[in-house]
Amino acid sequence: MKVRRWAAVFMARNREFLRDRTTLTWNLLFPLMLVLAFAFAFSGEQRPLYKVGLYGEPDATLDTFLATRYTQFLPVDSLNEAIARVDRHQLDMLLDAGDRRYWINSTSPRGYIVERVLAGSGAGGLVRETLSGKEVRYVDWLMPGVLGMNVMFSCLFGVGYVIVRYRKNGVLRRLKATPLRAHEFLLAQIMSRLLLVVTVTVLLYFGTDLLVDFRMLGSYLNLLLVLLAGSVSLVSLGLVVASRLHSDELAGGILNLLSWPMMFLSGVWFSLEGMHPLLQRLALCLPLTHLIAGARAVMIDGAGLLEMGHHVLILMAMALFFLGIGAWIFRWE
Amino acid sequence: MVLMSVTDLVKVYRGIRAVDGVSFQLQRGCCFGLLGPNGAGKTTTVEMLEGIIRPTGGEILYKSEPLGTRFRSEAGIMFQSTALQDYQTVAETLALFASLYPRTLPVAQLVEICALGEFLHRDTRKLSGGQRQRLLLAIALVNDPEIVFLDEPTTGLDPQARRNLWSLVQTIKAEGKTVVLTTHYMEEAYHLCDTIAIMDHGRIILQGTPQTLLTAHFDDVILELPRRDVPREITDPGWRVLDNGEAVEIRTDDVTATIQQLLARGVNLAQLQIRPRTLEDLFLELTGKELRA
Repeated sequence: MKVRRWAAVFMARNREFLRDRTTLTWNLLFPLMLVLAFAFAFSGEQRPLYKVGLYGEPDATLDTFLATRYTQFLPVDSLNEAIARVDRHQLDMLLDAGDRRYWINSTSPRGYIVERVLAGSGAGGLVRETLSGKEVRYVDWLMPGVLGMNVMFSCLFGVGYVIVRYRKNGVLRRLKATPLRAHEFLLAQIMSRLLLVVTVTVLLYFGTDLLVDFRMLGSYLNLLLVLLAGSVSLVSLGLVVASRLHSDELAGGILNLLSWPMMFLSGVWFSLEGMHPLLQRLALCLPLTHLIAGARAVMIDGAGLLEMGHHVLILMAMALFFLGIGAWIFRWE
Repeated sequence: MVLMSVTDLVKVYRGIRAVDGVSFQLQRGCCFGLLGPNGAGKTTTVEMLEGIIRPTGGEILYKSEPLGTRFRSEAGIMFQSTALQDYQTVAETLALFASLYPRTLPVAQLVEICALGEFLHRDTRKLSGGQRQRLLLAIALVNDPEIVFLDEPTTGLDPQARRNLWSLVQTIKAEGKTVVLTTHYMEEAYHLCDTIAIMDHGRIILQGTPQTLLTAHFDDVILELPRRDVPREITDPGWRVLDNGEAVEIRTDDVTATIQQLLARGVNLAQLQIRPRTLEDLFLELTGKELRA
């Protein structure tokens, strides 16, 4: 590979993106507006129910409490996970009926109310455990999803759609007539898009943080790692779409066909918990699922490489698979 | 000295032989013109020579080797229609292409040859037709090529821009480069080409220097008169008359005698034009078709 040729195409693509003000503005403003809109929409949310996690089999002394109206009692399988949810304010209380203990978050007003209801129900002999974790707001949960979604659109369309446009209008044909090799061209496109995606995402991250102040417990390096692995994977998927098509309308259709299911099945807007198991399994085949899950683990739970490394590995495996296919079937014309 | 040789070149698209057994040789330093109407197979032939499309059959050799890395480095190509990457200036576009070749002409020299100086820092999307063609020609020359392919380089240009481009092509020829030119314009081929090949239905039907071909096929000239000045029934055993509704063409090998006969019949010769036979006439004779732009 000749670095000079690769660098020339890489720089030309960067200039093209940066000078296309409309696209650049849209890439920055759209996700920012989305996060702000959701932050505003959910800032005054009034949930109609209190949520109490229930672990173990309750005895008769808890019947009155369990009959409390406007309270949802959710059976939980893992005590540790349920405690973490109380810590993040996702559950207002956790009740371990077997060991007769309960957990509330001392900073949660809702937990206070539910505890008063429990005390008034006549259920005695319960040990109180307190937590003091900061609430995970919807916007905290949403932020990794929006970042992931932005990366997905930028990678798929920024490479997939652009290469098909180049093929359709003859740019590829002109380059084919030069000593430039296909792998040099493709690598330049991929690297240019990675650079732009990372730059835009970093700007978006810190810009949004200034306005919304969302939760980030993990390491920035780990977040960058997930972001890069996800971007490579999604760029490579875009390459597969772009490898042969001549029609940008068809390419746009196929890219939409890929991106919209990912947007709804990969947990951008809502948790995958409670979805049909088949859909959950399908979601695991989508790169965006692992990108968002990895980013969410780092940002919300403060996960390290050990806890979220499997997402990075899966993303890299997907990237290799897509890259292999894309490079194999790529044609200049 | 032969720079490129083509033997029994065939291209089949879905059972249709777009190019059907074409053979010729390109001498180093010559300008070779490939002429033909739309669908004759000339662009397909040139694209196979350029290495853009793969032939179904036959052989193309450049410096006695199949087309490969060496050819790509030494060939300059100006496509019939080429899009350039958006949001780049003329200078950036030249620099991009210069970076793709191992050996290049200095940009300043290209700018001078193709007269790009006045719009060097302009976005390529904002160039006029003539300026754009000059840039595309400069890109074709960026690697100081030994052979230059020009596929209908002046189509769509106004007469002045066309003349400017002819002048550039003549400069390239003067530097000893081999030029392969496809065109619809017979005048262009006549001015620029040392050798022409006329294609129809995927085959070369005639090949030679323009003057040789004209001399070999025609020994007459054309007298052209406005239709209104010529009686309806005008014939003579020595003439061939063509009436296109607006003008009457009389083809004759004896101009003096024909003019005398016309005067004798009282024909007004005030607007008489006499012209020699052209490649356009030759093409019409050979294919029965006009060259269409």
